[in-house]
Amino acid sequence: MKTIDALGVYYRKLNDSIDSAIKTDKNITLSGVFGQRYIGRGLSKGVKIKIQGVPGNDMAAYMDGAEIEVFGNAQDAVGNTMNAGRIVIHGRCGDTLGYSMRGGEIYVEGNVGYRVGIHMKEYKDMKPVIVAGGKAGDFLGEYMAGGAIILLGLDLAEGEEIIGRFCGTGIHGGKIYINGNPDKYNFGKEVEKVSLRDEDIAFLKNHVDLYAKFFKKDLSHLKLEAFAKYAAVNKNPYSNAYCSN
Amino acid sequence: MLKEGEIRIPSGCAISGIIDKKGKRFSGEEIIKSIALMHERSNGLGGGFAAYGIYPQYKELYAFHIFYDNLSVKSQVEDFLAKHFEIESAGSIPTKSVPNIKDQPLIWRYFVSPKIYMSKEEVIDEDEFTSRCVIRINKEDKGAYVLSSGKNMGAFKGVGYPEDIGEFFMLDGYEAYMWTAHGRFPTNTPGWWGGAHPFTMLNWSVVHNGEISSYDANRRFVEMFGYKCTLQTDTEVITYLFDLLVRKHKMPMEKALKAVAAPFWDDIERESKEVQNELKSIRTVYASALINGPFSIVLGFAKGMIALNDRIKLRSLVAAEKGDRTYIASEESAIKIICENPDKIWSPKGGEAVIALLEGENNEPKF
Amino acid sequence: MLCWKVKIMNLNFNSPLFEVIRDEKKCVKCKLCVDQCSNKVHLYDEKKDIFKVDDMKCVNCHRCAVLCPTKALVIKKYSLEYRENAMWTDSAIKEIYKQSQTGGVLLSSMGNPNPFPVYWDKMLLNASQVTNPSIDPLREPMETKVMIGRKPEKLEFDSKGKLTTKMPPQVELSVPVMFAAMSYGAISKNAHEALARAADDLGICYNTGEGGLNKDFYKYGKSTVVQVASGRFGVHKEYLNAGVAIEIKIGQGAKPGIGGHLPGRKVGEDVSYTRMIPVGSDAISPAPHHDIYSIEDLRQLIFSLKEVTRYEKPIFVKIAAVHNAAAIASGTVRAGADAIVVDGFRGGTGAAPTRVRDNVGIPIELALASIDQRLREEGIRNQVSLLVSGSVRNSADIVKAIALGADAVCIGAAALIALGCHMCRACVSGKCNWGIATQDPELVKRLDPEVMHKRLVNLVSAWNYEIQELLGGMGINAVDSLRGNRLMLRGIGLNEKELEILGIKYAGE
Repeated sequence: MKTIDALGVYYRKLNDSIDSAIKTDKNITLSGVFGQRYIGRGLSKGVKIKIQGVPGNDMAAYMDGAEIEVFGNAQDAVGNTMNAGRIVIHGRCGDTLGYSMRGGEIYVEGNVGYRVGIHMKEYKDMKPVIVAGGKAGDFLGEYMAGGAIILLGLDLAEGEEIIGRFCGTGIHGGKIYINGNPDKYNFGKEVEKVSLRDEDIAFLKNHVDLYAKFFKKDLSHLKLEAFAKYAAVNKNPYSNAYCSN
Repeated sequence: MLKEGEIRIPSGCAISGIIDKKGKRFSGEEIIKSIALMHERSNGLGGGFAAYGIYPQYKELYAFHIFYDNLSVKSQVEDFLAKHFEIESAGSIPTKSVPNIKDQPLIWRYFVSPKIYMSKEEVIDEDEFTSRCVIRINKEDKGAYVLSSGKNMGAFKGVGYPEDIGEFFMLDGYEAYMWTAHGRFPTNTPGWWGGAHPFTMLNWSVVHNGEISSYDANRRFVEMFGYKCTLQTDTEVITYLFDLLVRKHKMPMEKALKAVAAPFWDDIERESKEVQNELKSIRTVYASALINGPFSIVLGFAKGMIALNDRIKLRSLVAAEKGDRTYIASEESAIKIICENPDKIWSPKGGEAVIALLEGENNEPKF
Repeated sequence: MLCWKVKIMNLNFNSPLFEVIRDEKKCVKCKLCVDQCSNKVHLYDEKKDIFKVDDMKCVNCHRCAVLCPTKALVIKKYSLEYRENAMWTDSAIKEIYKQSQTGGVLLSSMGNPNPFPVYWDKMLLNASQVTNPSIDPLREPMETKVMIGRKPEKLEFDSKGKLTTKMPPQVELSVPVMFAAMSYGAISKNAHEALARAADDLGICYNTGEGGLNKDFYKYGKSTVVQVASGRFGVHKEYLNAGVAIEIKIGQGAKPGIGGHLPGRKVGEDVSYTRMIPVGSDAISPAPHHDIYSIEDLRQLIFSLKEVTRYEKPIFVKIAAVHNAAAIASGTVRAGADAIVVDGFRGGTGAAPTRVRDNVGIPIELALASIDQRLREEGIRNQVSLLVSGSVRNSADIVKAIALGADAVCIGAAALIALGCHMCRACVSGKCNWGIATQDPELVKRLDPEVMHKRLVNLVSAWNYEIQELLGGMGINAVDSLRGNRLMLRGIGLNEKELEILGIKYAGE
């Protein structure tokens, strides 16, 4: 395990030194990270990075199999257009988490911001998953085209909403699982609530268990069968919206 | 009729240049004789000379040659000069009456040193400060025109045939180690003295033959870097190109020449990897500095002169050497008339510069 | 049967746009027209041995007329006219019929067809006479190569005169032309192959558009620009490194401010594979990039792409020509773009809302002139390449664009026309009879990449020669000396303001 002190290092240099470090040791720790962007961009399977501090925007952009664990909060656009790999964030996360991600998994211990999982998509075996322990901001799963978002809503205060408004607007693929029963008003017209099947419960159990393991929490009290599942009404939601001229 | 600066006036020309590489000074008689021989290449609408080494007693000072249309603009410019420069000496440039030379402006000369502390916003050197003042006068003060502003050098020009202009300024009485001359054939007749050539800026002087086709591409390129092409002439933009590349961007002269007369891409491909990379970079970054179309120029600066043809040699240019001297002219006869038996005489290839520098000098960016 | 249909269709107030006329004397009943028409305009009644025609379905693509061995078919504008009305034109009326019937947003294909001024045609070029010589490109060197990419403000040399500046990556174009971004999905795989192979042969680039890149085409990487749009379809590390440059698509001239939508019915096995989305799933490109809500976010995306390609690829940013294009372009340069691609409001599209296509944006000529001027005033024009697209029809348009200040142009419609497009503007149907704007394997087969790529090579080679001819006429032997050389242009039929924006003088001045 190699440690790189990132304090005051410009992102370009930091990412370069990660590239050269992983040639000899694929396990590295970054200390003193303050806002450096693109950490883990495009990195492949086998690389494991632990981050102490606050990584900058676009962490794990285009990531292709590497694993990143953040001991702290993360900013915006984590896992942007990510292809494969795993991100575990011991804290909360900013907006646009997992924008257009096509594969891999993101676990966030706490809350996530606006537009999380926007335009997530899936292809064949690649099915991205985002698991967040807290609540999410508006536009969760907007344009969603595949994959899954699981929102656990742990430790919400009394009356606190688990999602914001416009959840799943434009969704045409994928699933959103919510531990709660938000008002229909908060959802886009393209979303519908569907019943939970056995395979959904198994899927949830698998990811909730991993969440519990990563963040060392006892989640045995969670009633997975009480989760609400949302999906697209139609995978071609706009087929009647146009007329050829 | 619109004059230079108000309209673009293409012109054809004759050029000539002589340098003594040991720095020995000689009178203007020979250069007048050389340019006079090419009388047919001019049409009486412009002639001029640049002379280097003529003011040894003031060689640390900028020598301003200025045309004034009237006394009121003169006092206006003198106020500006007094504010920005210490004026060591001022007086009119002596001339003599020549039948063919008419309508001359007031012609004054000042030896000055810049009050550089005047500029507070940024740190600039004396050259930059002086050049900005010159550009400012030429742009703002209508009826005034700074025709030269270098050190230990000066330009003498006007409307008329060059030999008449030489006589008018009594150049046989000046001694310089380097002379360049120009006879002009403009395509219309504004008859403005400032529009004659050479064009100069600080120590740069350019005499040029041919109408370049890349003018507006070159102009809009240099204007990005703070220049203002007020005259809209080729020599002006060529001077600014060299000033930009060599003085401001500190390019070695030989590299600057590769920008303005760039080798063909096909030729670049044949070079070694390293040379290729360098030439490619120059062409890529300075694509807009390529001077296109016919030209032959003699570029004068304190350390010597450089003569250059366009890369497909659309203008004539002959060079010769005799002892310490190098000669350049549009036509061979214009050299032979003043140097009967040169040691060597040749026609430079297109795009290949003839570089004649004072001995002991190299072609580093300092000019 | 047909009669009954007409009765139903009476509810549809629209009449056909075109009328198909068959000359029975010439017709040899080969039925090629029946086979060739994907719109099912031609029907053959076996029993009665007669041809029937459904004019309503005809889009005037010319497929039947061109292929008819005896030239027995003629397609004419349908002669049923509305009463003359300068305000309520045929199309104004018909569009209302369509919308009142379907409740849909009108969707059009190809560029804006309306009679807006074409400024290319209002500018005239210069030529040398006497004062400097014109150059004959057949016999003298004439350079049209351009370098696209970021340029340092100046080069640095060490004390020995050796270059020390490391140049940013450049894309070398042998001709100042690229094929515009057209995604696989919007156009067929064979059309893409023809573009890729032609670009490769010509030493220029084609652009994947936003639909990802088929593995079969990775071999044309040195001639490929890969695009990243808001939908991020098929975008991954390997894809980003597959070409010589990456283009971030912010906007498109035909639909500024609008996203894209490839309907699921066009997402077959192969499109699914390159876009990396399930078969039959809609491919929706959001209107904005959701990681770009401000100019500094653009910088973030530009540099994420530079990071993942190790700073080896220039990053282009494509914007639509809109009102404040000059300021946007300036910000884009400062955000780190290595080249800006500006697409004008007559630019083409596979599908765009009619109202957006026909009313949003500004002509490319004006946008180009103001962007070039603005970047020069800021002293940054030289640091970036400027490409324009959206209505470039021929080599003279290219020469004018470069004289206004472009480094190169992108051609979309012109390239498709070389592939056989007959500008029927029905791409949105997905039934392109020429095999271009379709994913139907039977139709795609009609476009033979082997033949068609040669047509593209011919077109661009011919244009290159014409560019050289025009350059030579101006006494210029390298396209570098044309760029921004506005003295080579004069306006005709333009007002003072237009001349001012274009930065050119009036003819005769």
